[in-house]
Amino acid sequence: MDPIILYKIILAVVVFAVSLGVAAYMTWGERKLAAILQDRVGPDRAGPLGLLQPIADGLKMIFKEEFIPAQSNKWLFILGPSFFMLTACMTGAVVPWGSGLEIGGLYYPMQVTDINIGLLYLLGVVSIGVYGIMIGGWASNNKYAMLGALRASSQMISYEIAMGLSLIALVMTTGTLSLAEIARQQDEGLAYVVYQPLGFLIFLICAFAETNRAPFDLPESESELVGGFHTEYSSMKLGFFLFAEYINMFISSAVMATLYFGGYNFPFQHELGLEGNTLAIVQAVVLLLKIFIFIFIFMWVRWTLPRFRYDQLMNLGWKVLLPLALANIFITGLVMYFTGKLA
Amino acid sequence: MITEYLFWFLAFVSVFGGVATILSRNPVHSVLYLILTFFAIAGHYLLLNAQFLAAVHVIVYAGAIMVLFLYVIMMLNLNRLDAEKRTLIGKVTSAVSAGLLLLVMVGVARGGSEAGEAPAESIDAGLVENLGQVLYRDFLLPFEMASVLFLGAMVGAVFLSKKELNS
Repeated sequence: MDPIILYKIILAVVVFAVSLGVAAYMTWGERKLAAILQDRVGPDRAGPLGLLQPIADGLKMIFKEEFIPAQSNKWLFILGPSFFMLTACMTGAVVPWGSGLEIGGLYYPMQVTDINIGLLYLLGVVSIGVYGIMIGGWASNNKYAMLGALRASSQMISYEIAMGLSLIALVMTTGTLSLAEIARQQDEGLAYVVYQPLGFLIFLICAFAETNRAPFDLPESESELVGGFHTEYSSMKLGFFLFAEYINMFISSAVMATLYFGGYNFPFQHELGLEGNTLAIVQAVVLLLKIFIFIFIFMWVRWTLPRFRYDQLMNLGWKVLLPLALANIFITGLVMYFTGKLA
Repeated sequence: MITEYLFWFLAFVSVFGGVATILSRNPVHSVLYLILTFFAIAGHYLLLNAQFLAAVHVIVYAGAIMVLFLYVIMMLNLNRLDAEKRTLIGKVTSAVSAGLLLLVMVGVARGGSEAGEAPAESIDAGLVENLGQVLYRDFLLPFEMASVLFLGAMVGAVFLSKKELNS
């Protein structure tokens, strides 16, 4: 087989496995962090420091009784969590995890696929991600699940717009839609958060809303909707919904690190005497560290801020973030015009 | 070779989805089949090297418009829509108009078969750079006019949905 194709298959499997592994340990990290913030101990029974807790949770989910409500639509009931999981795993394909490896005289970029519309691919996958929730919530044939699904869809549609507009300002600055190229540009210049601070802030808030994380977790707000869209789900299908949320967090952290915080690049990386494959592996580790910092922010916010009211959520999306994103595009254009960066 | 197999697969999926959209009794199933059709059409765009169009098709049609369709159908809870009684005159009118539409489409398809091969420079015509050049340099005025039209439609929709204009 062509070594490039073989390498791409291996890389895809590795990215998939790393996403799942990191997401599994994020559940542990979340519970530990919540415990620290609330002055508790957290999980400490399974293994040292409770490190085997995710495995115990996963086994419990798999061995629980599979229950499909009698009045539900069976096919769509199963399709919902499957689709949600699928879209969560799809975005990892365009993230550049390092500059590239050189094995046997051939150069292998550490990115599953460098499509030249990488950013649009990201937006596309994010925009179809809501179907998993909607289909699952509708097929459950339950009022709470339906309300959760409706909330999820309106919330995601609203925040997608501001997210897309904040990315347009970034695309104006970079002049490309390819994530690999954006990461490469940040090797030569400064990280793009310096040029696009407002855009980054809008993107961060929208990422919270798109991943249904607190303070935007209205689709599953337990105090008013029992469990929201996954009220009727049990066993591993519930596990998929919860797990996909963590994968989404991991990938959106990776995207934010790549777009705004230099991606796999780190300061003075060419002055340390590292070369070739060693440098690429160090870069992958640095990217993972940046991702963990963002994941920490996700969890920190969840255990610090209370949930929004629904009208506050809509006002923030449409009356604050959308005009700010438009103003950001306008200002970016003006600055580019006056600094003569327009070709 | 693999492109041809992909084409036939996508063609089957898009036609199947389209037919199933019409034949489904349940409106939610109809919408889901239509989404499947949109994905197949996006795949066709990819085969034609129009990556930008494929991505925008998924973002706008599958990702935004169909979500709103599904939203409205779920909101109105139309999932037990019984087939209402249709009068004879209604049946005749719909059969005649559908037949006329079929006639037009057959005519277009017959005329289209004489168009021949696509020009050679269209291989990377669908890339973002080239599409941007065409839209913002060659066809700037029509493009801007279309966006003004959309703005007018948006303002109109907001105006119509406001119940009390003075409040």
